[in-house]
Amino acid sequence: MKEIDYLAPSSLGEAYAALQNGKTSAFLAGGTDIIVQLREGRKEVDQLIDVKHIPELMSYAWTDDGGLVIGASVPFAEIYEDDEIVRRLPCVIDCATLVGGIQIQSRACFGGNIGNSGPAADTVPALIALGATLTLGSADGTRDLPLEDFFTGPGQNVLGPGELIITINVPPQPANSGSFFHRFIPRNEMDIAVVNVGARIDLDASGERIEGARISVGAVAPVPLFVAAAGDALVGETPTEDSFARAADIAAEAATPITDMRGSIAQRVHLTRVLTYRALDRALERAREA
Amino acid sequence: MPRRTHIQTTLNGEEIDFLCEPRQSLLEVLRDELGLTGTKEGCNNGNCGACSVLMDGRVVNSCCVLGVEAEGCDVVTIEGVAEGETLHPLQQCFLEEAALQCGVCTPGFIVAAKALLDSEPDADEGRVRHWLAGNLCRCTGYDKIVRAVLKASEMEEVSA
Repeated sequence: MKEIDYLAPSSLGEAYAALQNGKTSAFLAGGTDIIVQLREGRKEVDQLIDVKHIPELMSYAWTDDGGLVIGASVPFAEIYEDDEIVRRLPCVIDCATLVGGIQIQSRACFGGNIGNSGPAADTVPALIALGATLTLGSADGTRDLPLEDFFTGPGQNVLGPGELIITINVPPQPANSGSFFHRFIPRNEMDIAVVNVGARIDLDASGERIEGARISVGAVAPVPLFVAAAGDALVGETPTEDSFARAADIAAEAATPITDMRGSIAQRVHLTRVLTYRALDRALERAREA
Repeated sequence: MPRRTHIQTTLNGEEIDFLCEPRQSLLEVLRDELGLTGTKEGCNNGNCGACSVLMDGRVVNSCCVLGVEAEGCDVVTIEGVAEGETLHPLQQCFLEEAALQCGVCTPGFIVAAKALLDSEPDADEGRVRHWLAGNLCRCTGYDKIVRAVLKASEMEEVSA
């Protein structure tokens, strides 16, 4: 690794100032991506800005209306050790417990997984299914945007120079709603998704009709996909094998994967269909328990 | 001469300070600056867990931590696991169960397993296997390691 400067701002203001000192910067939160990228020469910067001393990024809180605001740098382990999050937002736990092993989960965080912007990022389809937004901050102020609008290509996103992710905002979920995230990997732990899928189903009060659905698929395109058409096709339908299969077909049609060491195009399209169907099925179970 | 930063930290229960460059990983600092070579470098990219240490009670890969990040932290390495000449139950059980062959992964396994048993002394086999998924061993096939950890957990229960 080439020589770098290390800064540890203790406020957002200090972080913004550090970003404007004329040097090229990267953020250091859990370090599980950036330290490796710098060491292997895949990235080169003048300075690392450690964001773990900024209170807004290192805390999380429920909003009055039942949403969850997660500081970008809160380690996954802190999130999944919180019994209330486990109970109220199991889909957040689905993804937080799947990224890397225990060593990674002690440090890695939602902001890092999102900011790294890998097409297979495991937290992203889960959070898109939940309707999460991001709050981005810079010296010019803050802006919010839907998570699905953040990514522009593999490793690429809309963050401007001088801008960082402050929080991930999971909105309050409807009363009869359930969400589920899962992935396919060739072993049980410690791998990058061949395909990953998050799904949410909102039922009406009777529990018999679908009022809304959100489906997101990762590792099948240059960016994680929000397949709005697949969810929309379920609105007004009853939750049946047929309606789920149609939504899964739409998700599979939206997939434009590549063949690489982890899987072929055909396998990934097939997995998209299967994982979407199963994610809907599990989301339905959770909606009925809600 | 690259600029070096002064870091104060607690290492294996002792307050220490050291100088390091910002680009040095905690693993490099432990081995090259502090002479604590019990912590091993395996993959050096966060996959194998050989460099596992405890930071403020959580197990981390020290190859994915910068030395400068240890400022104010409580770090425990394999050198801090035994009580003087008395082996930790995990160390004793790794010996008794022959849970090591080449030994490169062993310090990481013991540190990671210690983090588990410290917080979940009753962890069952499934939990042990899940917890240790981030530690790779090319020799043992894992069964002996898992047996050793489960045996140590029973010893701790007896002593508790």
